[in-house]
This record gives sequence, C-alpha cells and structure tokens, in this order.
Amino acid sequence: MQPRILQIQQSVLSKNDELARGLRDRFTAAGVTTINVVSSPGSGKTLLLTKTIERLVARGYRVATLVGDLATDNDARRLAEAGAPVRQIVTGGNCHLEAHMIEEYLGDWDLKDYDFLFIENVGNLVCPSSYDLGEDFRIVILSVTEGEDKPLKYPPMFNSADLAVITKIDIAEAVEFNRDAAHASIQSVRPGMTILEVSAKTGEGVDVWVDTLIKRHEGT
Amino acid sequence: MHELSIAHSLVEVASKAALNADAGHVARVHLRLGLLAGVEKDALLFCYDIAAEGTVLEGSTLEIEELPVIVHCAACGVDTTLDTIQRFACGNCGALTGDIRQGKELSIDYLELETEDAAENIADSAERAE
Repeated sequence: MQPRILQIQQSVLSKNDELARGLRDRFTAAGVTTINVVSSPGSGKTLLLTKTIERLVARGYRVATLVGDLATDNDARRLAEAGAPVRQIVTGGNCHLEAHMIEEYLGDWDLKDYDFLFIENVGNLVCPSSYDLGEDFRIVILSVTEGEDKPLKYPPMFNSADLAVITKIDIAEAVEFNRDAAHASIQSVRPGMTILEVSAKTGEGVDVWVDTLIKRHEGT
Repeated sequence: MHELSIAHSLVEVASKAALNADAGHVARVHLRLGLLAGVEKDALLFCYDIAAEGTVLEGSTLEIEELPVIVHCAACGVDTTLDTIQRFACGNCGALTGDIRQGKELSIDYLELETEDAAENIADSAERAE
C-alpha cells in the first residue's frame, strides 16, 4: 500500500527567518542601517570596523556594534576603543550568529538612538551564510593574504553578500596579490557585486568605504 | 560546522508538523537542498540521526534532493542550470548573471508516515516471530 504523505513545504530555518523579518522591520522603523560583516578569521574585520566606527563617529553618526566571538571578548574591547557602544556575543562554540542572538543582545538599546548597527559575525566563511540576521547589507571581507581564489572555494557566502571589501591592500605587493584574479573570482560567483579595496592600517580607501556606507544609509 | 544546528531545526519543524497532523511515526523526511544553501549534504545526513533521537522522527530516513543552481540571463532570456557554482554564467551567451531562479532552497518538502496498517503488520510479524 501507498505510504501516507504529509505535505509540509516549509523552510528548515523558518524560525530564524521569521525572527529576522521582525528584526528587519524594527531596524527599518528605527531608521538604523544594519550591516552584517562576514569573513574568515584573521581577515582584519575588527581593525577595519574600529577605523570605520572612528570615522563615522567623527562625522557625527551614531553607531552601535554587536560582535560575535567563539570564546573571547578581545574584539569587543578593541572595538570599544573606537568610542561607540559595543556588546559581545560569546557564542560558546557556535560557529555563526543567529537572529535570536541579535534580538537577545540588542536588549535595552533604543534603536532610534543609532544610525548604524554593525554586526561582526563569527570569523567563518561557511556557516553564517545560511542565517539571515535582519541586516540591510551583508559585507564580505577578503584580505590580500588569503588567496585570490577564495571566493571560488566559498561560493554560497560570497554569493549571499551585497558588497565585497578587500583588506590589507598595503601589503598586496609583498604577498604578490593578483588583483585582477581576485576581482574575477568575486565576479564569477557574485556577478555585479561592488568591490572596494582598503588598508585599515594606512587609511587607504577607508574614506571611500565610509562614504559608501553613508550613501547606503541615506538611501534607506 | 553548523549542520547539527540545521538538523535540530529540521527535526523541530518536521516533528511539529507531524504532531499537529496527529501523524504517529514518521518513516521518511524529504528535504530539498539547493547547492547555494551553504549546507553540506553528507554532514547533514550524519547529524540527522543524532538530532532525531527521542523525537517522532527517531529511526526515520532523511532523503535529500539536491537542487542545482539555475540562473536567468536578462540579455538572451535563457535559463541555465549551472554545472558548477564557481561560475554564474549564461549557458547561451556566456555573460555573467546573478539572477538566481533556483539553488537557495533548504526546505522540508513532505513526510512519509507509517500508516496504522503498516504498524500493525510490523506488530503481527513480530508476534509471529515470537
């Protein structure tokens, strides 16, 4: 006899997706631009964010940051030096952030008090790609030391991003970084994506990056 | 690896649906998995049994249908099934395109339930074996 079939057609991550939709509505209502930053460990996310926050604060923008880390609060302490509120999400071994963590850690922050909310995801190019955090934009960071073909190794992550930032551009020559190959890899898995190049250390390209963020904020 | 947490979400959604439908025991779970979902098939299969333990899904089989990525080319209007997710190119004109029509799925399609008849048959044969 035929087995009984129960049609479901439901996303496995429906609970996360529903929470993310709720967060996105809150962010939009409050006028805060939320940016989910993803990359490998060691790509220079924290330094870039620190410099970014410093410049945004200097230009009168109000910024808050949530930072995910497997075990330490080192990144949160570094980011706090930039002069804006930071909360650490210690994931306790979890390799990615989920929407319920964002909701929990936003806590009593009044989102209307902020123009930008940065979410520094756990350093990982696989797992965070599946989880919508309610962000307006997902930024993927690639450093010049990682190899130009990295996007080809992690297509789902690069494909899910809205903007790519290549970091540590000041040492590109020393590590024989092939700029054209890196751009081609990114375009191959995410055609049309804007790519910026920065050095958080020397400041090269940081103003263009910050201007891009501000333009996106004013466009929302 | 996040497949264990994906497996737990999968079990939660499927067992809730089974309980709501008063379905009894589930024999198979059919999942549609796009190649861009960021989930590794083998790792998910490995984690499934662990996640299903102690639920109505315990002992059930997870069947995964992998879905290739399909992109649409605005220039020539052709849909292409990609044979690699490393290059999002139109199969007709070769232009890169980010217009994805399939490949991000991570959804439970349907459950196959063990009917009472089947359960009785199992009970009968168990009795006979005794």
